[in-house]
Amino acid sequence: MPTLLLRQGGAALRMLLVATVVLGLVYPLAVWGVARLPGLHGPAEGSVVTAADGTPAGSSLIGIDPVPADPAADPYFHTRPSASAQGVLGPGDPSTSGGSNQGGFSGTLLGQVEQRRAAIAAREGVAPGAVPADAVTASGSGVDPHISPAYADLQVARVARVTGLPEAQVRELVAATTDGRVLGFLGEPGVDVTRLNLAIARARATAGG
Amino acid sequence: MSSTTAGLVQLGVLLLLLAAVYVPFGNYLAAVYADGRHWRVERALYRLVRVDPDSEQRWTGYAAALLAFSFLSVVLLYLLQRLQGRLPLSLDRGPVEAGIAFNTAISFVTNTDWQSYVPETVMGHLVQMAGLTVQNFVSAAVGMAVAVALVRGFARASTDRIGNFWVDLVRGTTRVLLPISFVAAIVLVALGVPMSLHAGVAVTGVDGHSSTIALAPAASQEAIKELGTNGGGIFNANSAHPFENPTALTNLIEIFLLLVIPVCLTRTFGVMVRDRRQGHVLLAVMGVLWGSLVAVAWWAETHPNGPATRAAGAALEGKEVRFGIPSSVLFAVSTTGTSTGAVNSMHDSYTGLGGGVGLLNILLGEVAPGGVGAGLYGILVLAVIAVFLAGLMVGRTPEYLGKKLGRTEVTFAAISILAMPTLVLLGAAAALAQPGELDTALANTGAHGLSEVLYAYASTANNNGSAFAGLTVTSPFFQTSLGLAMLFGRFVPILAVLALAGSLAAQKRAEPGAGTLPTHGVLFGVLVWGTVVLVAALTFFPALALGPIAEALA
Repeated sequence: MPTLLLRQGGAALRMLLVATVVLGLVYPLAVWGVARLPGLHGPAEGSVVTAADGTPAGSSLIGIDPVPADPAADPYFHTRPSASAQGVLGPGDPSTSGGSNQGGFSGTLLGQVEQRRAAIAAREGVAPGAVPADAVTASGSGVDPHISPAYADLQVARVARVTGLPEAQVRELVAATTDGRVLGFLGEPGVDVTRLNLAIARARATAGG
Repeated sequence: MSSTTAGLVQLGVLLLLLAAVYVPFGNYLAAVYADGRHWRVERALYRLVRVDPDSEQRWTGYAAALLAFSFLSVVLLYLLQRLQGRLPLSLDRGPVEAGIAFNTAISFVTNTDWQSYVPETVMGHLVQMAGLTVQNFVSAAVGMAVAVALVRGFARASTDRIGNFWVDLVRGTTRVLLPISFVAAIVLVALGVPMSLHAGVAVTGVDGHSSTIALAPAASQEAIKELGTNGGGIFNANSAHPFENPTALTNLIEIFLLLVIPVCLTRTFGVMVRDRRQGHVLLAVMGVLWGSLVAVAWWAETHPNGPATRAAGAALEGKEVRFGIPSSVLFAVSTTGTSTGAVNSMHDSYTGLGGGVGLLNILLGEVAPGGVGAGLYGILVLAVIAVFLAGLMVGRTPEYLGKKLGRTEVTFAAISILAMPTLVLLGAAAALAQPGELDTALANTGAHGLSEVLYAYASTANNNGSAFAGLTVTSPFFQTSLGLAMLFGRFVPILAVLALAGSLAAQKRAEPGAGTLPTHGVLFGVLVWGTVVLVAALTFFPALALGPIAEALA
């Protein structure tokens, strides 16, 4: 066996070097090259969405919980809690990703769920029982851009009150940024919080100016 | 449409897609490995690396080539990581720490893709592409090569040759993995997966806070990560990350990619042994296992268990809103039933029973439907054991596909099967014997903590790579022991399987007699299924009872 191994060693080394060039450089750079085409370039560089003034304001695929300047006058829709956040609710750190990995019997998780439920109920002025499950659980990625339609619904009244926008208009913007099931049957419907908050900001700018 | 209905439609569509490609793709794979001609580009490649593509090898030569290639792969991947600081496109991420580099090198070469690091902060783009992506391809091609070599052992008679490793390695890559990955990568980009050489993009949110969103050349790696049942994420959250898996459509595509080769290889097997029914039986066994585990996990995840999950109202901790429960469960069972180990939701946060299904699926030996190649050779070895057991019952020397299963063959099959449980139980026991290690490593205590440790060794010894990620595995003890579990869990069965292939190929073909057990009907399917379940149950029931079963019943 040792002689066999040695005899194959040279071929193995040469094969590995060729594979490294072809599969490790040519292949990814070819995909990268195709991804420069119009239509692919946007998603290839992270599906960046811009604010009204054209500056990058986030990615439509990445949820980063906005922090209100004054918690008593909070004009934002909020994402789900993130395991990479310092506090129980957010904001998460989008330079990394991951879940909490806490199981259903974890006392830590139970405490977090209860704190989140209480904090959200107080923020929205609703009964704790009205807070949906996705609002009190951290996502797998820590940067889930979506919330359930129920959690968006819960936040409409507050956002309308603080921003001064009519509730009907806020509901329309929620509907416009809701991603339904793909092809009607894949996955679950979700409201894209990043796009929704940008739409709210635009509507405020229009209403105000 | 209710969530359940939508989930069932999705399940139906996935099965239809697999059914549609089963015959043509399975036939194509058989043709790839039987083709007498070489493509011009392949011929040039063989000249460049100086191998003779037209001379076949004995099992020993085949194994030596495979081991030499894999050993050098580990060395190169280790060096790439250690020298990262001096390489271009490393994004100022310095040399990877020695323990992580050792563990990761073994992990990707063995098709495990267990990750003990946070990719966004540790691995630069060059190591991702020239190191990890390369092993995503070739480790998958190695798995397919071993499966094809074993099938040749059954298909051939009175020869000491089982094929040419270099030809099998090259063809698996040039004719199967590379073209499909290229197309899939472009489709994934179109659906939102980044393909960027930038480290990240700076954004200023509506609240005026600035942050950096990490970017990576993700699409090219995502495609082969699923197609080659590798599973190593380019982002820490793996396929739960919106950049790796942006929509429920990419989710379905990724599930399809990770199932397609293992499923279709059963057809390839049937074609190569000139009896397609033989492949159908194995596919049926895989399908029954996969289907029943999907059903159990789906039920478990829609029935919250544990005080924290009940307080939340639904088992959504660690799951993404765009997938919901059915799409998460479908991914989880498919990734643990193949050797993929990618995750679109955090298995550690599943209910006791739901997470237990993932663990059990791995402990069954990953044959539902198994990794690329590894699934087929895994279930063929179990079929050999099943035939042997049936032979014991009636007291005659058993035959499978015209080959007598004597002492030599059964010994190699037994070595191949027993390697994994030995590693899992010894590894987990060694970890549990060190309270000092566990104090710092476990995120959960009690029954769930035991599941975390058991899952780690099951996942590595089976080259799966998914994790109950609450377990912190950065200590030297875990890095080393899990690294060794991956190494032996991969190469001990491969060597045993190649030896089995050699011994089968050397035999004359035995004509079936009156006492020969037919191996293409329902009876044989039940026998194989029973063998899979019994081997796992007898070995792992005590450990499972103390972990996931205790949790599910609590």
